This record gives sequence, structure tokens and C-alpha cells, in this order.
Amino acid sequence: MRIGITTESRAGETRVSATPATVAELLKLGYEVVVEPGAGARSSFADDAYVEAGAQLGDARSADIIFKVNAPTPAEIEKIRDGATLISLLSPARNPELLDALAARPITVLAMDAVPRISRAQPLDALSSMANIAGYRAVIEAAHAFGRFFTGQVTAAGKVPPAKVLVAGAGVAGLAAIGTAASLGAIVRATDPRPEVADQVRSLGGEFLSVDVEQEASIDGYARATSAEYDRRAAEIYREQAAEVDIIITTALIPGRPAPRLITADHIARMKRGSVIVDMAVEQGGNVEGSVPGEVVTTDNGVTIIGYTDLASRLPAQASQLYGTNLVNLMKLLTPAKDGRLVLDFDDVVQRSMTVVRNGEKTWPPPPVPVSATPQQPTTAAKAAVAEPEPVRPGRRYALVGAGIAALFLLAAFSPHQLINNLTVFVLAVVIGYYVIGKVHHALHTPLMSVTNAISGIIVVGALLQIGQGNAVVTALSFGAILLATINIFGGFAVTRRMLGMFSKDQAA
Amino acid sequence: MSATTVAQAAYIVAGLLFIMSLAGLSKHETAKSGVVYGIVGMVIALAATIALTTDSISAAGAVLLVTALAIGAGIGLWRARGVEMTAMPELIAILHSFVGLAAVLVGWNSYLDVEASASAKTDLSGSLLAIHHAEVFIGVFIGAVTFTGSVVAFGKLSGRIKAAPLMLPGRHLLNLGALVAFGALTVAFVISPNVALLATVTVIALLLGVHLVASIGGGDMPVVVSMLNSYSGWAAAASGFLLDNNLLIVTGALVGSSGAYLSHVMCKAMNRSFISVIAGGFGDVAVAASGTDYGEYREITAEETAKLLMEASSVIITPGYGMAVAQAQYPVADLTRRLRERGVDVRFGIHPVAGRLPGHMNVLLAEAKVPYDIVFEMDEINDDFAKTSVVLVIGANDTVNPAAEEDPSSPIAGMPVLRVWEAEHVIVFKRSMAVGYAGVQNPLFFRENTQMLFGDAKARVEDILRAL
Repeated sequence: MRIGITTESRAGETRVSATPATVAELLKLGYEVVVEPGAGARSSFADDAYVEAGAQLGDARSADIIFKVNAPTPAEIEKIRDGATLISLLSPARNPELLDALAARPITVLAMDAVPRISRAQPLDALSSMANIAGYRAVIEAAHAFGRFFTGQVTAAGKVPPAKVLVAGAGVAGLAAIGTAASLGAIVRATDPRPEVADQVRSLGGEFLSVDVEQEASIDGYARATSAEYDRRAAEIYREQAAEVDIIITTALIPGRPAPRLITADHIARMKRGSVIVDMAVEQGGNVEGSVPGEVVTTDNGVTIIGYTDLASRLPAQASQLYGTNLVNLMKLLTPAKDGRLVLDFDDVVQRSMTVVRNGEKTWPPPPVPVSATPQQPTTAAKAAVAEPEPVRPGRRYALVGAGIAALFLLAAFSPHQLINNLTVFVLAVVIGYYVIGKVHHALHTPLMSVTNAISGIIVVGALLQIGQGNAVVTALSFGAILLATINIFGGFAVTRRMLGMFSKDQAA
Repeated sequence: MSATTVAQAAYIVAGLLFIMSLAGLSKHETAKSGVVYGIVGMVIALAATIALTTDSISAAGAVLLVTALAIGAGIGLWRARGVEMTAMPELIAILHSFVGLAAVLVGWNSYLDVEASASAKTDLSGSLLAIHHAEVFIGVFIGAVTFTGSVVAFGKLSGRIKAAPLMLPGRHLLNLGALVAFGALTVAFVISPNVALLATVTVIALLLGVHLVASIGGGDMPVVVSMLNSYSGWAAAASGFLLDNNLLIVTGALVGSSGAYLSHVMCKAMNRSFISVIAGGFGDVAVAASGTDYGEYREITAEETAKLLMEASSVIITPGYGMAVAQAQYPVADLTRRLRERGVDVRFGIHPVAGRLPGHMNVLLAEAKVPYDIVFEMDEINDDFAKTSVVLVIGANDTVNPAAEEDPSSPIAGMPVLRVWEAEHVIVFKRSMAVGYAGVQNPLFFRENTQMLFGDAKARVEDILRAL
């Protein structure tokens, strides 16, 4: 079958759905690839490079499978051949009219942004790969608009404080933004209604600002709408932070719902002159009051609000490569025999979820898929259940110690003098042994055992005193005992020395 | 000043040196001097004892004494020089058995001595004699249990005996019965001492030792070995009571409490009580969690692992018994060196019960010249996993099982484990998907950040080294 790579028609779109590298991968799966001339030009991929990779140049719109980045226009939908398959980013939840238009044609349509969030589907999750790029770019745009360094420095011309960045929403885009801002040297803080992402935020060098309100755990890996109580507490945090931070990057999206309003005009009014806000959710209604899709707005108090909707397209070569790889991974899934024939398996939850139209029949929305990244809830419950064993109550402990001492007292009181002496030595030695051994380093337990092996060979003393004192049987038995105990003494000490000789400290450290 | 007081003085000095020896072993820096103290103490004790015997020993006896010392020394040094570090548990177990057997022989001797020589009988009279009889009995009993227990432990550790726990019907009753019989026989022996009773208790103790250790599984061996270490100490202490020799009592008590402490540490590391370990393995509960579907696991090749390691900033290696079995410590050390040369921060995380002996992994890594200051114990390193790029789990299973923390119904619930799953990537070296010693499936293998590298650990690590 032929795969068509078309030039994107949307204004400002710089990405392309395949790069020379991904074309080569598609060919390996047995497909032919037709590239529309000039399709990769805005991503800096020349037509020649595609040809070199094995593609043909020509009419891509009439191919059997059409790869696109953006949803097709009505005119483009008309040009698709009957029975063909269209694969693109579609935002099916927000574009019901588009779905109806697509379903009017006898074609099959897969949405690259409807990949379920399960681990197996990660390699084809275009939303993640695009969000990653957008998060990075959001920081770069903010840095561009921000009139200061991100990193703190002490220079001969004075001290430069580090910039403070607040990232709202620690999804893929948020995490990318946190990582980028942190690596530029900024102090990064992040908020998210899902407490389980706190560790991820910290792992990228950010500080997690938690809102201490009970939240329902996410079952599909995306954030949920929040409770009123949560929103009230979160607003307090944003209010405080707005006065303090220099950069705010908002990434909060809830699938199938308008983006939550996080930063109000009141918050913005508290921000310092020269601060920058990037609203990555502007297309879905915006997290920030006053943000305009595709525009840069400057408020009265000198705060820049960036509302670019094409952040990923602003890194076209990278975005095209990642998106193209997502498509290749999808085709690997759809081409089990690697024979260039596309097979759609509706029993596979990934393929089922992505397919929005099958042969002119609308199959959206798909049945829900629970993510394999199980919610953290049971863990905490389990941790509570496996609580520490109840410590021995002081009363009981005193009773035990008392009973032990009483027993020892009775034993000693009724013993002849010699036994008392022996018992005294014994009890003191046990106590000393316990405290001495308690300090032994874990790593030295084996040498400790072999040394105790050696010194317990001291039992040889008993046998030495018994040998050759007249009784032949006793002498024979003693001979055996001396022999065994001596093996212990010499073997134990020798092997301990050998082991300790091996422990060496790191020369470099 | 007589020969006896000189000997007593020497014993005090020797006892002190032994305490200093154990104290020295608490730190790497002082460990070697600790051994020197031990050796000096031993030489002093032996010299004093031999000097003490010279006035009464027969010529033939003296020759035998020297011969026994020479043979014993020869065997001991030979074994110590030749032993593989992976075989340390076996060596230590068999050395315990020697102490046990020696204690049995000393006990028998003491009995025969007192019975046979009229002069000895006049020394001890009335209650002292009764106590002497009881001491003989106790000494022989502990010694015999130590002896056969250690022999079975040796067999299990060296693979001569199957490591699976022996499950006799009514095994708790058998153990209890042996103890009750021991108590009853002691009373009988004190009242009318005779050889038959002593022989009976020896046999009972020997059988008890066999059964006790045979019913404990291979993974509990760290506890068993330290327990036997403790017993061998108590056996020596019992002989000390028997012979009224303070040095033996001090030394035995030191060794006994040291072994008991180690057992305690090991049990705590498995979140189990000492009694439950002694009473047998996990066998009864293991089936509980099996039917669950854990999902799919992912495989990785040695080349991909090498790539991951090269890109990693920090790596933690958590070895287990599997590394010892595969003798993989040398390639692992090599890998560590190579990665450290590239600037990767490589550390080791050791679970207290990894291996078959307390501190076993540390010795193996030391043998392969891994610097000990990058080898950390569980508590020191457990919080660092979240900041780690790659964790290599080499031949460990139960000690890295997240079920211990997350699944209260798991047989190993509550056992402290290395939280490897918090790392970015976890690579598990494993021969197959078989379960670990506790018989519990490990959900770690099915985690999203876990990948399996199947095959012999040594061969796989060497593959990685080639790919680097």
C-alpha cells in the first residue's frame, strides 16, 4: 500500500508527518511512500532527502494511507480516496462536526491524539511527544520575553538572583517545562492536583507545592476536574506565588472539558513588572485570564502573556521527527506481517481507541481504558496495614526483666561458690558481647563470624587439659577434639585475614 | 605465684584481647588490628594452657598433643587459603560443626574423667558433683545439636543436600519432644549418672540438630548460620562451666551473644520472628498470592542495557544470592570500574539477608576489588533510588519485591526491601521468571520501568562489558 505525506495546509504549521528517517522505517514495513513536493520544506527537510531515503515525489492526497499533522479541511476530506485511511491529530472530543464530516465519507480515520495512556501505547502517543516539545519551547519563549537571566550569578558587576518559575500542571508538558527551566538555573515550583506526581517533579529539580485537600485518584492517567475546596486552596497558592515568581507557565488541561481558569486578573495584577506568563492551554479556553490564542499580550502592569498555540511547531524539525516516529510505531502495530498491508484489529484496545471512523461509520468515543499505572491509593492503604508491630508495653517489659533477674538471683543464691563465680563471668561476658557486636558494621558480618569461629576454637583449652592424663579413651577423644578445634583456630584467623585483605577503600575518593 | 595463677592471669589477658578483637572488627579501619588482637590472645591462652599441662602430661600424651595441633593447623590453613569466597557460608558452617563436636568430646571426656579417676571424685562432692553432671549433660547436648545442625547446614549450602525445607508431620512436636526428653534425662542423670543416659542424650541431640536445620529452607540460611554460630559459642561456654575455666566461659559467651545478635539482625531484616525461622520456611503460606495476573514483562538485550548505562548519571547495583551462584562478582566489579571511569556514579545497595551469610555480598564484592565505600547497606541507600537513573538487580528477588511494602496479604508483607522500583529504569538479571525463595511472585518484574535481562548473570554482564 502507498502512504501519502501531504503538505500541511494550516497557516503557520511548519511540521510534516514524515522525515527522511521515518520514511526509511516505513519502507522497511513494506509500504511505498509518496511525498508531496515541498512537504518538508518548512521543517528543513528537502525533497531530495526524501527521495534519497526511498520515497517518491508525487500526488500524496490520493494514496491508500494519508499521514497528516493537522485535521483536514473540508476540501482535503473530499480529495481522500474511497476506502483510504487517514491518520492525523484530530482532537475528536472538541471537533464533533469534523468527525461527522469524516464519517460522511467511506474512509477509516485514526486520531493520533486518542492514544490510550497505557504503557504499551507510549511509543505512539503523539500528545506526549508534542507536549514534551511544547513544554520546552514554552520556557524558551518565556526566557526570550523575560529581560533577565534564569540562573543566579555572582559577577564583578553585582549579584544576579535566579529567576523563579511556577509551572501549573505537571503533565508531560509541565514536566518538560520544569526540567528545562531547572536546567537553565531557575528556581522551579510546580502544582498539580495529582499528589502522585510530586516525585516526578522533584526528580526534574522542581519543588512540588501540594494543595492539602483530598483528591480522587486518576484512573486514566489524566488529571480530573477538581473539587471546589481544592480550587479555593489552589487559588490561595497562586495568589501568593504570583507576587513572588517571575515566570508562570500553565499547562492545566482536563480531557473533554474547557481548561480550568487558574490565574485571574487579580493574580496578574500582583505580579512584578516584566514578568512573563505562558498559557499553554490557551486553545482550550486558557488557564490565564486575558490570554489570547496565538497572540502575545502585555498587561497594564507590564506582564507579558504569551498565548502561542503552535509551540511544538516552533521546533519543526524535532517535532516532525518525533511525530513521524509516533506514526512509524503505529504502523508497526497495524502491520503485523510487515508486508505493507494495514490490518485494523478492533480487539486491540490501542487500535480501537484511536479509530474514530471505520469505513464511514463513527466509532467515537471508544470504551474507557483504565491505565496500567495503577492509582497510588491502595499503596497507602497497604502501608497503613503493614504497620510497625506493637512495641512491648513498658509494664510488660519491666515484668520480663524482673522475672529474668529474679530467676538469676534464685539460681545464684542456691549455687555453690564456684558456680556463682562462673555465672558472674558468664553474665558479664554476654552483656559485653552484645554491646561490642552491636557496633559491628554490616559489611563486616562475615569476617566477624569467621573470627568468632576462630576464637570459639578456644574450646581446645578443655581438650588440652584432658589429653595424656592417664586414661587412654580420654586421650583419644581429646586428640580428636584438639585437632578439630585447631582447624577452627587456624582456619578462622587465616580466612578472616584473607577476607579483610580484600576490603579496599576507593583510591580516588 | 604458681603455674595456676600465671595461667589464670594469662586467661584474663586473653579474654580481654578477644573482646578487643571483636570491638576492632566493628570498623573497616580497625578490623585488621582486631584480628591481630585475636591471634595474640589465642597464642597467650594456648601457651598458658600447655604450660599448665606440662607437669602432669605423659610423654605419649605430649606427642599426641603436638601432632593434633600440627594436623589441625595444617588443615585449617589449607582450607582457609583455598576456599572460594562464594563458598564462605559452607566453610563457616563446617567450622561451627567442629566446635560442636569438640564440645561433645570434651563433655564426654569430663564425664569419663570424673567417673574413672577416684581422685577427681574427691575434689567434687555433694551438690558440686550434681552440678558437674548437669553441666556435662548440657554441654554435650548443645555441642551435639551444633554439630549435626552445622553439618546439615553445610550440606545445604554446598548443594549436597536439597535446600528445600524438610516437612515432617508434627515437626514442632518432634522438636518439643526432644527438649522435654533432654530435661527429663538431665534430672535422671544427675540422680544416677551412667553412660547409657549420656549416650541417649547425645543421640537425641544429634537427631534434633539434623531435624532443626533440615526443616529450614535455603533462603533462611543467614539466620541459621548465625544461630549455629551462637550455639557453638554456648557450647564452648558450657564446657567452661564444666571445666571451671573462665576463659572458655568468657569466649563462649562472647561468641554466643555475637551469634544471637546477628540472628536478631537477620530476622529483623526479614520481618520475621526468630521462632518462626527456626520453626521452618515459608512453605505453608506461599501459595496465597499466586493466581493474580501481573500483566506482561518486557525484555531487554545486553546491548540496550549497555546503552542505558552509558547514558545514566547514577547507577545502583543490588546483588543477591544469584550473583554468588553465577560467580558474577568479577565481571560486575569490572563493569563498575568501567562505568566509574566514564564518570557514572556507581554504588551498591546490599540487603541484610542477601546471600547465604550475614555480610556475604560485601565479602564477594571485596574479593573482586570493589571499594567498600561505594557499597552501602539498605538503610543508607534506600532513599536514593528515586534519584537514580538505572538500577541493576543481579540475582536478587525477594529483597527487591515491592509486594512487601504494598500488598498486606503477601507472605513477605512488612519485610524491609530495597525500593529499586523508584528508579527511572530497573534492569533485572534473572535466569527465568521463576519465583524467589519465599515462593512469592515479584510484581517488580511487571512494572513499567522494569526490563528483564534473561540468562546467566555472569554471561550477561560480560555481554554488557563487550557492548560498552
